[in-house]
Amino acid sequence: MKKKYSIFSIARNALTSHANWQAAWRSSDPKKAYDVIIIGGGGHGLATAYYLAKTFGISNVAVLEKGWIGGGNTGRNTTIVRSNYLWDESARIYEKSLKLWESLSQDINYNVMFSQRGVLNLGHTLQDMRDIERRSNANYLNGIDSEVLTTADVARLVPILDTSPDARYPILGASLQKRGGVARHDAVAWGFARAADQLGVDIIQNCEVTGIQRNEGRVSGVYTSRGTINASNVGIVTAGHSSTVAEMAGLRLPVESHPLQALVSEPLKPILHTVVMSNAVHGYISQSDKGELVIGAGVDSYVGYGQRGSFSIIEGNLSAIVELFPAFSRVRMLRQWGGIVDVCPDACPIIGETDVRGLYINCGWGTGGFKATPGSGWVFAHTIATGQPHALNAPFSIKRFNTGALIDEHGAAGVAH
Amino acid sequence: MLQIECPWCGPRDQSEFSCGGEAHISRPLEPDALDDIEWADYLFFRKNPCGRHYEQWCHIFGCRRWFNAIRDTVTYKFIAYYEMGANPPELD
Ligand SMILES: Cc1cc2nc3c(=O)[nH]c(=O)nc-3n(C[C@H](O)[C@H](O)[C@H](O)COP(=O)(O)OP(=O)(O)OC[C@H]3O[C@@H](n4cnc5c(N)ncnc54)[C@H](O)[C@@H]3O)c2cc1C
Ligand SMILES: [Zn+2]
Repeated sequence: MKKKYSIFSIARNALTSHANWQAAWRSSDPKKAYDVIIIGGGGHGLATAYYLAKTFGISNVAVLEKGWIGGGNTGRNTTIVRSNYLWDESARIYEKSLKLWESLSQDINYNVMFSQRGVLNLGHTLQDMRDIERRSNANYLNGIDSEVLTTADVARLVPILDTSPDARYPILGASLQKRGGVARHDAVAWGFARAADQLGVDIIQNCEVTGIQRNEGRVSGVYTSRGTINASNVGIVTAGHSSTVAEMAGLRLPVESHPLQALVSEPLKPILHTVVMSNAVHGYISQSDKGELVIGAGVDSYVGYGQRGSFSIIEGNLSAIVELFPAFSRVRMLRQWGGIVDVCPDACPIIGETDVRGLYINCGWGTGGFKATPGSGWVFAHTIATGQPHALNAPFSIKRFNTGALIDEHGAAGVAH
Repeated sequence: MLQIECPWCGPRDQSEFSCGGEAHISRPLEPDALDDIEWADYLFFRKNPCGRHYEQWCHIFGCRRWFNAIRDTVTYKFIAYYEMGANPPELD
């Protein structure tokens, strides 16, 4: 049994120079068979395993990760969390997730540093403002907090924004979701891994799935770089690599994988206490607890699996950030990186069954799935445990591309998150 | 990537180009004859390969002409260029 993290455990370990902390999770070798195999040890995969064990009582579960857990988009994103989406279907699933975020640190006994510092979505044109008002009203009807701010409100809240009328990107107002914010992304992967491990889940790193075994239309296991492992239920949660893994079972997906980049600056004293996003200029920014400005850009339009993107995207992104925040013009950037995001035609995820019985898929979160990590794991665990989608994820079936019932979230998802 | 070779203008900066996605998807000649699954496949489902990809590109801030290219989606390196409507060159 793992020891609980608490103020006492910190004090106790401080007395022994922090040399006696237990490993946060066991390093397991794969068993021959499991009840459920989750392919992909990102936040969504780990959350799925945790809720399978905790909420649905299925703990004979393995999470197979080809690299190290959280080494994919989970550890590469700009950590914005919010639920102010336009359509009922997405509002409900993102709000479920936001509610789980609000008690996540206590629930998994791991400080994910969830900070509800508010998320501003700027409007630069009349049309932006109409969209913002429409979305805020839709949020209201779904019981989601949202306020529409005027230019003066924005100037009061974030004085370093250029709110002058002759700004390159004039700010006509914004929406504000106060319950939105940021979280520590690595902690989300580590915290879910530790909590799942404690309930009996095997976390298996450096284990790449290379094939999906099927028997008469039903999944029976996976081939991996560490041997064949049997399971009658398998969940694919591999984000940017969803198409390649789905293809192992002969499935085609409506997603394309694109590079998405982010960058951080040198640490500064506290200057930006909220999250600022602008769809129109393809930029979003917040300040980390260490003081770095965390800045996200837009996707490259080509398919890319290289975990890096084009320089011109960063150039455009930073020139827009400097127009919005003239004070940042001399800040130096420290690091820049890319992730591979799996984008759906309607900017919404796919969560549910596939044509192969026992094989489930959760993908297509694209540029904005970090915020959904707990909610996505919860509904996916429900789907795998019961063989049926939950009401929250039923609309996100892959069948919507055949029926035409798409959920067009381009406005609220946009390039930004 | 950084530089892309327009078949008409020669090597130019990547920022002059826009990517038009997967090549060789032809619009069904008889849309009415398609069922929902075939129609969805034409509209939404894509190859999205990790490796060699056959794509359409346009020299949007140049001669504004379209062309096809074969590109590696991991290294981002262009492997071959060929005209719209032409069959892709044989590669080994
Ligand atoms: C730069 C950037 C900024 C972003 N900003 C935000 C943001 O501010 N807010 C927000 O909500 N979202 C944001 N996102 C999106 C978000 O990061 C993703 O939607 C989300 O992390 C996807 O979670 P995941 O756990 O499914 O993916 P991942 O963490 O990518 O996990 C998938 C895992 O599957 C593994 N895998 C792949 N193939 C195999 C295989 N064959 N066998 C075994 N394992 C395999 C991978 O190694 C990987 O670890 C951003 C993304 C990027 C790249
Ligand atoms: Zn040209």
